[in-house]
Amino acid sequence: MGVYLVQFLSGLASASALFLAASGLSIIFGVTRVVNFAHGSFYMLGAFFGYTFVREVGGGAIGFWVALLLAALAVGLVGLLVEFVILRRLYKAPELFQLIATFGVILIVQDAALWVWGPEDLLGPRAPGLTGIVRIFGTPMPVYDLVLIGVGPLVLAALWLLFNRTRWGILVRAATEDREMVGALGVNQSLLFTGAFVLGSMLAGLGGAIQLPKGGADLLMDFGILAEMFVVVVVGGMGSIFGAFLAAVLISLLNTFGILIWPSGTLVLMFILMAVILVVRPTGLLGRPESGGHKTEVGVEQALRPAGPHYKIFIGLLLALLLAAPLIVEEFYLVLITDVLVLALFATSLHFLMSTGGLVSFGHAAFYGGGAYAAALLVTYAATPFELALLLAPLGAGLLALVIGWFCVRLSGVYFAMLTLAFAQVAWSVVFQWSDLTNGDDGLLGIWPSAWASGTQVYYLLALAISAGGIFLIRRVVFAPFGYGLRATRDSNLRAAAIGIDIKRQQLAAFVFAGAMAGLAGGLFVFSKGSVFPDEMSIPRSFDALLMVLLGGVDSLSGPFVGAAAFTYLHDELITFEYWRLLLGLTIVALVLLFPQGLAGAAKHHLGRYLKLEAGSAGRAKQADEGRPA
Amino acid sequence: MSDTATARAAEQPSLSIRNLSKAFGGVQAVNDVSFDLAKGELLALIGPNGAGKSTCFNMLNGQIRADSGSVRLAGEELIGRSPADIWRRGVGRTFQITATFPSMTVAENVAMVLMSQRRELFSLFRTAVHRHRDKALALLDLVGMAAQADRPCGVLSYGDLKRVELAVALGNEPRVLLMDEPTAGMAPRERIELMGLAARLVSDLGLSVLFTEHDMDIVFGHAGRIIVLSRGALIAEGTAQEIRSNPLVLKTYLGEGQIYGRAEG
Repeated sequence: MGVYLVQFLSGLASASALFLAASGLSIIFGVTRVVNFAHGSFYMLGAFFGYTFVREVGGGAIGFWVALLLAALAVGLVGLLVEFVILRRLYKAPELFQLIATFGVILIVQDAALWVWGPEDLLGPRAPGLTGIVRIFGTPMPVYDLVLIGVGPLVLAALWLLFNRTRWGILVRAATEDREMVGALGVNQSLLFTGAFVLGSMLAGLGGAIQLPKGGADLLMDFGILAEMFVVVVVGGMGSIFGAFLAAVLISLLNTFGILIWPSGTLVLMFILMAVILVVRPTGLLGRPESGGHKTEVGVEQALRPAGPHYKIFIGLLLALLLAAPLIVEEFYLVLITDVLVLALFATSLHFLMSTGGLVSFGHAAFYGGGAYAAALLVTYAATPFELALLLAPLGAGLLALVIGWFCVRLSGVYFAMLTLAFAQVAWSVVFQWSDLTNGDDGLLGIWPSAWASGTQVYYLLALAISAGGIFLIRRVVFAPFGYGLRATRDSNLRAAAIGIDIKRQQLAAFVFAGAMAGLAGGLFVFSKGSVFPDEMSIPRSFDALLMVLLGGVDSLSGPFVGAAAFTYLHDELITFEYWRLLLGLTIVALVLLFPQGLAGAAKHHLGRYLKLEAGSAGRAKQADEGRPA
Repeated sequence: MSDTATARAAEQPSLSIRNLSKAFGGVQAVNDVSFDLAKGELLALIGPNGAGKSTCFNMLNGQIRADSGSVRLAGEELIGRSPADIWRRGVGRTFQITATFPSMTVAENVAMVLMSQRRELFSLFRTAVHRHRDKALALLDLVGMAAQADRPCGVLSYGDLKRVELAVALGNEPRVLLMDEPTAGMAPRERIELMGLAARLVSDLGLSVLFTEHDMDIVFGHAGRIIVLSRGALIAEGTAQEIRSNPLVLKTYLGEGQIYGRAEG
């Protein structure tokens, strides 16, 4: 009896920190329409700052709480800096650029935290005066947990007062409903945006700080809490603070009881809960249906044209060059180009989903890693021959995409993106935790191709054939009726439904196809490296794919290949530095701010007109002229 | 089959609406509305702003689910079916604010319908470029847009978009066409052309058209029959002549403009 009650209370205590972080994310998104990926990093910074401030000023009972508030303030300052230096310049840019930029911030914060606080997990300081335990029906319960239980509702009440009783709060709510209208009424928008961003950051920081005595501070907190926050926002209902509170409580309770009942399956339980709620209430517990249907816009509006003669020649030359590469370059470079080919297929599959489908997935690595693990598990446990395993990799990834996509396509825009990330994190955790099957963090080793394909040159040519074949297949699908139907759902939901297109089915099929193609890339990957680790399914890997698409430019079909090459080069250059994440993060932020069209996009913009890279681009301009009324 | 049965089949309305109701919260947007859309007729649905015209339309094509009532297409119940399903059964529609695919050309917009109708949208390997182009061009010719077939829809003027929408709506050879304010935002001459086209479609193809409209010249000039909604309820039904002289309509709808010191409805 006591055990269950204590577990229940302990769940409520964990819910507070989660609620603070999730409500901050919700407020920032509501006002600025930016999904702040760095929100998990702010939470982590809150914990680290809290640790330091408690040491410096946290002597007494008052000092401790002052230190936590100082930590929240410090994170608020970091938020201010991020908003002021980066996001402010990107509010009008396509959402993808904002997301990539905040991902750059994640990388920067990770290495900054590593530099300042070191790689060791930090044990949280105990709260003075609250270090004791109370016994509830004989089961011990930390006093601090009881205090934490009160913090969540307290902040909820404070936020309610702020949003219903103050002018600023009402403006924030108004901006959440209709930004343009608020702007038209003469409200200083940039001040409002900055304010909302700082408030949201502080809430994340406070969340990280108050959980210190319970959970301490470590460098892996950011992604863990990020996925949980997304689940909370999606389950709680879009933009509902109260819903976020309910969802945080529900998920934390599920976690604490899950540990009691099924220790290794807590994430699976979370998955099931999320799935059930989304099936019963697609808008979340307290969410209302989206009025306008806010869509994630990736900056693709112009018509795609099939390849023109010049472009075909260009592609032919590139292929010939790649085919001849084994005769020209050393094996070291062949390995590197193999990486590029694998990543190009991976990025192209994501690009297909994003540009043709308008579906931005933040968890695409689930299928890349899924394909890799499918092949690796088949080889390890069923002694499957290399050829068959490579063939089954996309099938495994496609099945995973079918399960995940079945839930995700119920949502649209940014909520779709959040859900894909949350599911991908669940998939990663399953692989990470289920070490009996997957060897966990030690990975699966010795996954090599058959003898005939094991030479670097032969495998390179095989990878070239499969990757190029896959990319051509994707291109073919873009211009097939299926691709057109998908594009129709992206362009106008209303019209698509009115001409009998089953939007969800079209999107799900696209999701599965893209997942299968990513899985094929994953299969190629695992046999080229001989091993696979959970990293291949992780959030950073999903972001690698987004980054490649971004580097290549979203509106260019050949972009992903350019992006993969640029990414591989960048990664290879930076990995030699100790703080390579910091450099990569800074590079990403700089690229986003300097080249909002992506590298290939920028290059094409300047060269395309002269080279006629796409059929009909000249014709289009001509028609536009003719179409002008005389 | 007896002669009376054949006659009844011929008389059976295309669309039969009975006791249709819908409330949004406390607002009764549409209240117990019943009317028939006869085969081959051009029926206008009018009423002041907020009378429930668009709600009515959205219930007919399944975009909003009715609280109660029935909508039958040649005897088949439509309430509870999805917009896609209703479209497949032969109810096409155009929107008050046009909805097209801006990244596709005009011809491709029409070809999309043809692909959807033929259930080709899961075909992965055939090419969709120039697919059904001849049929699409024929439809565009019908609405006078063939010359602009290869322009992206995203750059068209509003009036042209309306005409593309009409071609799109005709794509699956519907039995019933719903047009929500078909001429809103068009120049006077364009309006007359478009309504003339709609009238031709009715007479040539035997289409049944239900449209809403604010421009009374258009309504009285083109509609074969008119029904009037006010505050969600149907208050009058008849020919242009009858509606013009209906005292209730004059009082609640047309009359408002004639009273000095009152804003026009």
